[in-house]
Amino acid sequence: MIYSYFPGCTLKNKAKDLDLYARESAKALGFELEEIPEWQCCGGVYPLASDEIATKLPSVRALADAKSKGQDLITVCSACHHVIKRVNDDMANVNDIQTRVNNYMGLDEPYLGETTVLHYLEVLRDRVGFDELAKKVTNPLTGRKIGAYYGCLLLRPSATMQFDDPENPTILEDFIRAIGAEPVVYAMRNECCGGYVSLKAKDQAESMVDRVLSSAKAKGAEELITACPLCMYNLTKNCKGEGMKVSYFTELLAEALGIKEVQS
Amino acid sequence: MQRIGVFVCHCGTNIAATVDVKRVAETLLKEPGVVHAEDYQYMCSEAGQKLIGDAIKEKQLTGIVVCSCSPRMHENTFRKAAERYGINPYLVEIANIREQCSWIHKDKEEATEKAIILGRAAVAKVMLNAPLQAGTSPVTKRALVIGGGIAGIQTALDIADAGFEVDIVERTPSIGGRMSQLDKTFPTLDCAACILTPKMVEANAHEKITLFTWSEVEKVGGFVGDFKVDIRKKARYVDMDKCTGCGECQAKCPNKKTPNEFNRGLNNRSAIYTPFAQAIPNVPVIDKNACTYLKTGKCGVCAKICKAGAINYEAQDEIITREYGAIVVATGFDTIKLDKFNEYGYNTNKDVITSLELERLMNAAGPTGGHVVRPSNGEDPKTIVFVQCVGSRDTTCRGKTYCSKICCMYTAKQAMLLKDHYPWLDIHVFYIDVRTPGKNFDEFYRRAVEEYDVDYIKGQVGKVSEAENGRLLVQASDLLDNRQIKMEADLVVLATAIEPNEGVRRIASMLTASIDTNDFLTEAHAKLRPVESPTAGIFLSGVCQGPKDIPETVAQAGAAASKVIGLLSKDHLVTNPCTAKCNQVYCNGCSNCEKVCPYGAISYDEQMVIRFGARETTRVATVNTALCQGCGACTVACPSGAMDLQGFSNRQILAEVDAICR
Repeated sequence: MIYSYFPGCTLKNKAKDLDLYARESAKALGFELEEIPEWQCCGGVYPLASDEIATKLPSVRALADAKSKGQDLITVCSACHHVIKRVNDDMANVNDIQTRVNNYMGLDEPYLGETTVLHYLEVLRDRVGFDELAKKVTNPLTGRKIGAYYGCLLLRPSATMQFDDPENPTILEDFIRAIGAEPVVYAMRNECCGGYVSLKAKDQAESMVDRVLSSAKAKGAEELITACPLCMYNLTKNCKGEGMKVSYFTELLAEALGIKEVQS
Repeated sequence: MQRIGVFVCHCGTNIAATVDVKRVAETLLKEPGVVHAEDYQYMCSEAGQKLIGDAIKEKQLTGIVVCSCSPRMHENTFRKAAERYGINPYLVEIANIREQCSWIHKDKEEATEKAIILGRAAVAKVMLNAPLQAGTSPVTKRALVIGGGIAGIQTALDIADAGFEVDIVERTPSIGGRMSQLDKTFPTLDCAACILTPKMVEANAHEKITLFTWSEVEKVGGFVGDFKVDIRKKARYVDMDKCTGCGECQAKCPNKKTPNEFNRGLNNRSAIYTPFAQAIPNVPVIDKNACTYLKTGKCGVCAKICKAGAINYEAQDEIITREYGAIVVATGFDTIKLDKFNEYGYNTNKDVITSLELERLMNAAGPTGGHVVRPSNGEDPKTIVFVQCVGSRDTTCRGKTYCSKICCMYTAKQAMLLKDHYPWLDIHVFYIDVRTPGKNFDEFYRRAVEEYDVDYIKGQVGKVSEAENGRLLVQASDLLDNRQIKMEADLVVLATAIEPNEGVRRIASMLTASIDTNDFLTEAHAKLRPVESPTAGIFLSGVCQGPKDIPETVAQAGAAASKVIGLLSKDHLVTNPCTAKCNQVYCNGCSNCEKVCPYGAISYDEQMVIRFGARETTRVATVNTALCQGCGACTVACPSGAMDLQGFSNRQILAEVDAICR
């Protein structure tokens, strides 16, 4: 199975691990990521102005490219996934956006939201299956107590994202179980990490991160995983005290599949 | 030659604001056969009806078309008027230019055009109307009440006191319903059991009332005045006549692992059980899904210790058929499931409970003997947070769009009672609006705020999660103070939305009674016929019709009873003469009509028929007009066009279609 792959800018810079291990693990799991040629930045945030189309165009270009190849579009970065999924929803359902974007793009055939947008985790859950994944694990992470940190972008708005229950998600916990580790459920796993507020009010971001980390620690988590580069930044750079080990989920996936050397 | 009169109603501005009524009248006057047309402000009024009467006399009218509201509203009014002024009531046709025209259109030109077309169709139809004579049918002087809660009990008592027989069918082992689960009742704080149990006893002892508990309605046939109902009496495995209600079997039953439905799963019950100590009848049932003997054939403890020899493991469900003149639906409500409201953590945290569960905890006969504790560890709570509108007034498609109506009041009640018992408690109530319309209701709520110092906060709770110290962390917003709130609590109580009881759809379809998008049964008229279903002979009592508190439920129960009494007091009912009729010359005896008839009104036999001048004996259909309800299914099924519905004949329908397409 070949998927169109939209890595996004962070994965080419700050979050190279997220990208590398996603590709390597895909090979081991029997699917292939074909990077979309000349993809452009998703914009980072979904534009909420309802008359805004310019910042939606990069997403539509990627989506239309995937459509032309008849492939589903995969993302790994939470922010890219959030933006592209929501733009795709607009292209399928919002008449005004459909018309104006297509008028501007001038494609041979108008793009009307036909492409299926999947997050890498959704591929693991719905296409590969966590049971199948568990069978391919050669290096189970037995005994590691891992807290899943969801953040907000993957889960909300839940009607559009259709990712998991926004209040009581299970996909990352199921993933942790599949790679042989022990998931730790804690209250703040779907609370905001502070996002971009760390640029403006660092202390505020710190207090938000602090809540997440102390909640996870109180429940016995020894490390956290996330899918989001911005969450990763906040959780590691804006923590007070000693902090916690935070990895991208793809790193642990690669580790469990025996692709990545175990760090000491 | 027909002489038709057309009467166009303004309905105040309801019609006249969107439809040019004068033009409708003028245009229809030009239709062939129409000799009179006029418009009037309120045609249904005394003066309006007199206009029709005067025209009948002056112009010797032979048919009448009233362009007005839906026939469901005033067809009967105009039929009666016509009869009063000497015309057969079935020579009146209604053109609905309100619900189907003026109310749904904005453009006056288009609406007027449509009103004219609708009027023209009615004129075309009335030209072919034949005078019909209504027949009569007998009334079975017994009523069925489905549901044995306070609504059903009160309705049954009121009907029985008027001297008519009543059966109550209740699907649980005891009558009493939701009210029997409550602790105290607002606004006067009488204990629910103290005011309900005497009524339960009275219903049980009343010579005119028969209780069928642990029973369900299986099938409903017939029609108003003459319903035939199959009732499934589920196997109780305990002989009602022999059991003395000593309770020994429940105490000794070794299988005590089934969640107690009556206590909302807060504790467990035995496999043989009565739901509560004051149950009526005080005869236990055996839960066949839990009983070790019924599942494996081993155990039999209850049979061994029962001194009365009442246990019978061989019992089977029994179906009995009873006849009724009227049926009252009083199926009540349940709280909604909270699977879609994970932000409140109901499914993940034991200390998050529904208000109904709190009622059980507060009730002296409840699982904790009335001592309110944290279900997780049995400790006394210090801080309690109430969340209002959980699933009510919900715009997220997860809950219900309506206001559940009772929650504001019972939350105030619970808060005050808790403060009475545990004055040290810190109580916060999160609300969208506090709605307390009702006699002495607002005073009651104000007492909670002013005298009991209950902290009311306008704002919704966003998340309830487990705090690091094992208490609950409540995150919310205070809209008046514009601030985020994080507070710890020991118990969170969710004022959960109420919805019609499970199974009401099944009941409604058996009764052909209509329900709305929320599964509440629809009343015949929202204002003027609030306790009747649009289906004749079906009446509504209690929350099955819409959210209600106890005083309202009891009032509606009485109203439903008075309607039933009015019906049962008649010896005969006037039947609808718009029944099917078979033209036996055309009938080929195929039986299609018999198969589709939902009322069993059609039969076949050999009859002498004159066809094209020759006598022959052949198999033809006959309609029993006492059973026929005029649904018209047979007229569609008949391949040879022999079946016709009087008052809605194929010719009349086609004439309407022609008139519309002209």
